Amino acid sequence: MSDASSAWKDDPFAAAYPETAEFWDAAARGRLLLRTCSDCGKAHWYPRVICPLCGSANLRWAEASGRGTIYAFTVARKAEPTYILAYVTLAEGPRLMTNIVDARFEDLRIGQEVSVRFQPAAEGRMMPFFAPA
Amino acid sequence: MTIKGQACVVGAYEHPTRLAPDKSVAQLHAECAAGALADAGLTLADVDGYFCAGDAPGMAPMWMADYLNLKLSWFNGTEAGGCSYLAHVGHAAAAIAAGKCSVALITLAGKPRSAGQATGTAPRALGPDRPEVPWESSFRWTVAGVYGLMAQRHMHEYGTTPEQMAWVKVAASQHAQHNPNALLRKVVTVDDVVSSPLISDPIRRLDCCVITDGGGAIVLAKPEIARSLARPVVKVVGCGETIATNLGGYVDLTRTGAERSGASAFAEAGIRPADIDYASVYDNFTIMVIMQLEDLGFCAKGEGGRFVADGNLISGVGRLPWNTDGGGLCNNHPMNRGGITKAIEAVRQLRGEAHPAVQVPDCRFALASGPGLVVGGGHNHATVIFERE
Repeated sequence: MSDASSAWKDDPFAAAYPETAEFWDAAARGRLLLRTCSDCGKAHWYPRVICPLCGSANLRWAEASGRGTIYAFTVARKAEPTYILAYVTLAEGPRLMTNIVDARFEDLRIGQEVSVRFQPAAEGRMMPFFAPA
Repeated sequence: MTIKGQACVVGAYEHPTRLAPDKSVAQLHAECAAGALADAGLTLADVDGYFCAGDAPGMAPMWMADYLNLKLSWFNGTEAGGCSYLAHVGHAAAAIAAGKCSVALITLAGKPRSAGQATGTAPRALGPDRPEVPWESSFRWTVAGVYGLMAQRHMHEYGTTPEQMAWVKVAASQHAQHNPNALLRKVVTVDDVVSSPLISDPIRRLDCCVITDGGGAIVLAKPEIARSLARPVVKVVGCGETIATNLGGYVDLTRTGAERSGASAFAEAGIRPADIDYASVYDNFTIMVIMQLEDLGFCAKGEGGRFVADGNLISGVGRLPWNTDGGGLCNNHPMNRGGITKAIEAVRQLRGEAHPAVQVPDCRFALASGPGLVVGGGHNHATVIFERE
């Protein structure tokens, strides 16, 4: 497929989990969805069909703010070019693995505010990278 | 039901090779099995229980059981990464206690070094079958990278320093100088560690374990058999295991499954960390030793850096003799899986067969503990406590 908004449909990592199609569809449009529990009220990561926090199956997709703070970060110095691996704590609560982009390692600090910046995975789906806010 | 005292380690063998391009993985497993059985004074015909993990050919017990032509009444192929073999000790002890088998063999072997594997610094090529992979693979995480995140967070929350982390490697090197089979026998200093090249900040090259070919094996038996053999009797008195999940996105990168596996093992053994004479604690990276010592209860959370500093892990010098074979940091990390060598050195200490320069006098209680797969993501953890009879 040539349309970027549907490239995820050919991505084997997205295709293996049909229950996450809504996430990838939104991601292709630059929107970050979080699987959120209608019983305990909490969002979790990565998206599941059973809430890992309370066990409820009463889940919905809720659009996230796309904002968060850096929980921890490191730089892969053996890679060429180097890149920044990080965990970001989303404003909604969950913590996710990501890369910090458009930033220099030396300029980052724990607790720094970042915002989502979707970039394509090699296989086609759009992934939530983060950049300094 | 408790396994306390109902099974004993009767054989332990660490393959001396660290580079084996001329041997198959099956051959290494077989040589380890033969070595541990010879150590026990038993033969393959005595084995009725077999335990292995994903490093075994075919990733299951079937193929090595066939290769060795074992006559089994029990088998188990629990795959839990590097701590699989510590979990297997617990599973084997439970099987022996339940009468399912009498003599249990555990083997590990592999050849990542001769395969040229960049274990810590190359992103893993994982397929979509594991449910977290689609959400993480694009970020090219590496093993050293994830431990870098953990180390940075631990430093941030507790003030742990690179120099404190370095003390872990210094202690390992002090021990490894006495081990003729150790891959790295050169004694290093704190300055050597903190001036070694950065791999994934704050992890430096000398914070990382070695990559080696090799393997090991352990034989357990019921106490009546153990007491009939010509070896010191080493009882399994406590086992604990857990899977520490990523908590649905609320993971704390400063904590490990040792909190739970350690508490279970200590409760079963009926002793406290202060009773441990010798500890094998998995050292894939220096920070992991600090975090696990906290989580096992050897010191308060956040105090691990101060606990390991100033030689406190060096046998004959510090309060807690640790990884006296040189550990994964200096001696051996066969198939990127350090669980079995942790148990083997604990058995050596309890038997009084460690190198005289590192032997703990009157060693009665020893602990072997470690994680499997990559802490930071979900991981396995297992702890075993042994007692010399």
